[in-house]
Amino acid sequence: MTQDHPAIDPSRPQAAEVAHEWRAADLDPVAERRAERQVAGLFGAATLLILASVLIYGFTDYNATVGVPLLGDVNVINVFMGLTFGLGVFCIGAGAIHWAKKLMPDVEVVEDRHPLTSDEEARAAFAETFAAGVADSGILKRGILRRSLLGAMALFPLPLIVLLRDLGPAPTHGQLNHTIWRAGTRLVTDVTYLPIKAADVPVGGLVNAVPENLPQVEEQDGTLNARAKSVIIVVRLNERDIIAQQGGTPSAPWDYQGILAYSKVCTHVGCPISLYEQRTHHLLCPCHQSTFDLADAGKVVFGPAARNMPQLPITVDAEGYLIARSDFQQPVGPSFWERA
Amino acid sequence: MTPTTPLGRTAVALDERFAGAKGMRKLLNKVFPDHWSFMLGEIALYSFIVLLLSGVYLTLWFKPSMTEVVYNGSYMPLHGVRMSEAYASTLNISFDVRGGLLMRQIHHWAALFFVSSISVHMLRVFFTGAFRKPRELNWIIGVILLILAVVEGFAGYSLPDDLLSGTGLRIAQAIMLASPLFGTWMAFFVFGGEFPGLDFIPRLYTVHVLLIPLIFLGLIGAHVGMVFYQKHTQYPGPGRTNKNVVGYPLLPVYIAKAGGFFFAVFGVIATLGALVTINPVWLFGPYVPNQVSAGSQPDWYMGFLDGAVRIMPNWEVHLWSHTLSLNLVVPAMLMPTALIGLVVAYPWLEAWATGRTGEHHLLDRPRNVPTRTALGAAFLSFYLLLFIASGDDIISTTFHLAFNDITFLFRVLIFVVPVLVFWVTKRIALSLQRRDIDRLMHGNETGNVLRLPHGEFIEVHAPVNERDRARILSNPAIEPLPMPPATDAAGVRTPNYRAKRLQAKVSHFFYGDRIPMPSAEEIAAAQAHLDAGHHGHDELTH
Amino acid sequence: MQARAFRRPAAALLAVAFAVLPATGAQAADSARTSGTGGSGSTTSHPSDPLVWGKLLYEEGCASCHGLQGQGIAPSPAIKDSGAAAVDFEVSTGRMPLGTIANQALRRAHSLYTAEETQAMAQYVATLGNGPAIPTQQVQGWENADMALGGQVFRTNCAQCHSFSGQGGALTWGKQAPNLMKATPTQIYEAMLVGPNNMPKFSDQTLPPAEKRAVIKYIEFLRQPDNPGGLDLGRLGPVSEGLFGWFGGFGILVAIAIWIGVKAK
Repeated sequence: MTQDHPAIDPSRPQAAEVAHEWRAADLDPVAERRAERQVAGLFGAATLLILASVLIYGFTDYNATVGVPLLGDVNVINVFMGLTFGLGVFCIGAGAIHWAKKLMPDVEVVEDRHPLTSDEEARAAFAETFAAGVADSGILKRGILRRSLLGAMALFPLPLIVLLRDLGPAPTHGQLNHTIWRAGTRLVTDVTYLPIKAADVPVGGLVNAVPENLPQVEEQDGTLNARAKSVIIVVRLNERDIIAQQGGTPSAPWDYQGILAYSKVCTHVGCPISLYEQRTHHLLCPCHQSTFDLADAGKVVFGPAARNMPQLPITVDAEGYLIARSDFQQPVGPSFWERA
Repeated sequence: MTPTTPLGRTAVALDERFAGAKGMRKLLNKVFPDHWSFMLGEIALYSFIVLLLSGVYLTLWFKPSMTEVVYNGSYMPLHGVRMSEAYASTLNISFDVRGGLLMRQIHHWAALFFVSSISVHMLRVFFTGAFRKPRELNWIIGVILLILAVVEGFAGYSLPDDLLSGTGLRIAQAIMLASPLFGTWMAFFVFGGEFPGLDFIPRLYTVHVLLIPLIFLGLIGAHVGMVFYQKHTQYPGPGRTNKNVVGYPLLPVYIAKAGGFFFAVFGVIATLGALVTINPVWLFGPYVPNQVSAGSQPDWYMGFLDGAVRIMPNWEVHLWSHTLSLNLVVPAMLMPTALIGLVVAYPWLEAWATGRTGEHHLLDRPRNVPTRTALGAAFLSFYLLLFIASGDDIISTTFHLAFNDITFLFRVLIFVVPVLVFWVTKRIALSLQRRDIDRLMHGNETGNVLRLPHGEFIEVHAPVNERDRARILSNPAIEPLPMPPATDAAGVRTPNYRAKRLQAKVSHFFYGDRIPMPSAEEIAAAQAHLDAGHHGHDELTH
Repeated sequence: MQARAFRRPAAALLAVAFAVLPATGAQAADSARTSGTGGSGSTTSHPSDPLVWGKLLYEEGCASCHGLQGQGIAPSPAIKDSGAAAVDFEVSTGRMPLGTIANQALRRAHSLYTAEETQAMAQYVATLGNGPAIPTQQVQGWENADMALGGQVFRTNCAQCHSFSGQGGALTWGKQAPNLMKATPTQIYEAMLVGPNNMPKFSDQTLPPAEKRAVIKYIEFLRQPDNPGGLDLGRLGPVSEGLFGWFGGFGILVAIAIWIGVKAK
């Protein structure tokens, strides 16, 4: 058994001329049978595990959970069907690899490698045929044919590209520069849309807010586009802490008694940010750590953002609810080429 | 002599239809060199197969639609919440399709391993010089496969329309917007108008399940086909030359090992899918553009881009009422384009610097090509730094550091570290070469100390074994190209003098620092010396 | 070697000082409490009137930084208008009295005061000015709140700092939004109400009690080890998944490849 073991067909690639170390299974029938049993054991385990995975699927409720130490309360099908299936498949692989390593011939063989280039003659003949074929077509000689063909071919993809035009509308000035905020639009809380009284915002307070007409706009539009631009944060600072604002006059400031409204859309890449540190008055973006000073006109104090957070001018209406004085005076969100 | 066994008859039947007896026999006897590092590409291939299988399952239930629905499935914490159909169907797969969560997790883990294995495989190919002629085209196919894998992974991460993936898409859209000249148009075309619109996920779905997988199939076929046709490279060793392949035949050893490895990879991925949560979209919540989570990160393979964006200073240029966002154009467009260009061009750059045109089938040991190895290590350090920078917030909370300081530090490290790594790696490689030559000439230290009759103590040195000897002797010790003369003897200016001078300079950069291999005579003399029973360094130098 | 070790005695001293200082600071505060010898010693036999007791505790444990009238002694903030809710939050979470020297008050494993002592101090501080009371009433019934609403409110108002899973996150210059997994329902409510440290305030008018209770319900849900898909890797998102993928999963695959490549014996 062991003597003829690398019984390699003489017509097959020849064994490498390197001293070969025989394996236990090559020399010792006991080791050989042990290896055989190990491989069969792995295949047998695979069979049982795969059957088990099907049984688990069949006999478990789809949302049955069970507490497993370390993992937590897990879904039975996910964890146990997956585990038995995964281990079963792994055993197939492990068995095959073990078989190859222990029992299949492990004498390395040599195959010659022929140069990937052909001989000179063949190459010359190929080049000649190629040149002759091209010459026969006349494409080199008949310039007018060549040029007219190239012209036609160059235009051929054009209709296909033109057809992509309706992938989307052309960007318009209104879309790029405006939101649904208007003079008199009430600020309402996000999620439950409650109007906000000035007195309801304490110093150090934060309100994530949207325009009151957002639900109607979304109902009509069916998209989240309006929301993506109009979300704001409302904060209140001690008036003496406000260093600067983006606009307004002493008689008609953009804040209302220290209440400031800023866009929630980062001017860097548009992540919504409301990570507001009330003591430092800093607003931090969790995506790329741009930091804005809300006490100082939303100025960038750290990070990759280049522009101030746009401020929304606000005041109160007759009933004391916060309203916008106008739309934002600059485009909100990330920069774009046409932005001045 | 008609074969009588069933297997034999099958072989005959095949030949009678395709006349493939010769070719198929050759195929069965095809030799594959055996080395663990040659299996890395296989991990990628098998992950891809797992991705195809699990992906088909997911398509049976996933609905690529951004239309809003109210969720009423069995995950209570989101009951009654408005969300896109894409997200709702992902919840459905996770909680109401039996084993659906398992398939999702298998798919996602397989995707991470797909990109990991391609990357590591590529590093192996780079550091061993397997990209050299005649395999440059396959190197480029590999680069394209890596880029496609990253794009495909990002598409898959984006499809469920959860809060994390929506945040990622928002960033992608902002990067489009930042593109000079046509950025706004591009963003409007891709998203069908403003962000997020209703068109993007259905479009992305087609790209994810049809377009890119088809390109994958074609390119993977070409990639593996070329490996078959050109025959696999091999590491240097006894009996291994540039003109042969030493290894195991396809049938049976390689089929058993490679086939078994497929099942092993599948098994590991499925086990992970069973035991370890990945992408718990139900915790992230549906995407709404007014919500965000701390620690918003992309999957690992997008990390280097995210890190570059994070550490980039906030430069923006405003000219003639236009905005050029250098804070995005540089890290998210120019940097990756430059990296890809460098990687694609590298095989030709190195061949040009070497000035050689032959075929290379014997792999380099990384130490024997110090400059390439150092360049690769520097590249890797650059990539890793960007990758680490993308987790600056997690580093900040884990190690109680300020991400502000981390960012400032990385703005410096990104330029300093690669240079240092280049220098250190090159020195290490050259030192390893010196040690190799030392072992070749003086043998291995055995640890046995011998006292000579006159009282001197020496350590016994044993000749290196056959395998190490072959490996050490495989060092090509390439010499740099000589500086071309400006004019020839007759005073005529050398044609293409500037190009040739540049080539010589680059060649000097690559191969200027070299440890010359001892000549055959010197090796033979040293061998004789060792064989004669003399040991150690001292006698030889006397 | 000896000479080298002592070449910079000043530096060595500094290093030792830095290593010991924060620890001793914390220990001083802690031991002052546990041994009961910090102030007048009155804590061991407490008066029946909670206001009197609270005043004693306040003067012993808080007044040295926040002033006898809660007016604050720089750099410590004034707390006279913080109200009982703030005192209960800061003391019951162990953030106050300030322990380690850090750029923000950190949660202790255990509060230095008993629940009764905390109540007494809170009641006393409430008399110093105008501030919110402990929201015991408002917290009531959080178990029956709308969890889906809570999730939405949480993701809109809380997740940006505390992360989608309540694990906390980074703020500027090394400050952190804390992990919420140890906070009690009352503490969560108090935090929203009073805005401790850099956290903004979410008033009961703009975030009504029903929504706050819903948030509590959602955080309580996040606290459950509810992991249908198995090991949750800390719920940190793709970073921990990527690390596990490389060192766990991909490591195993490479180990198998090595096993295949090694010659059998």
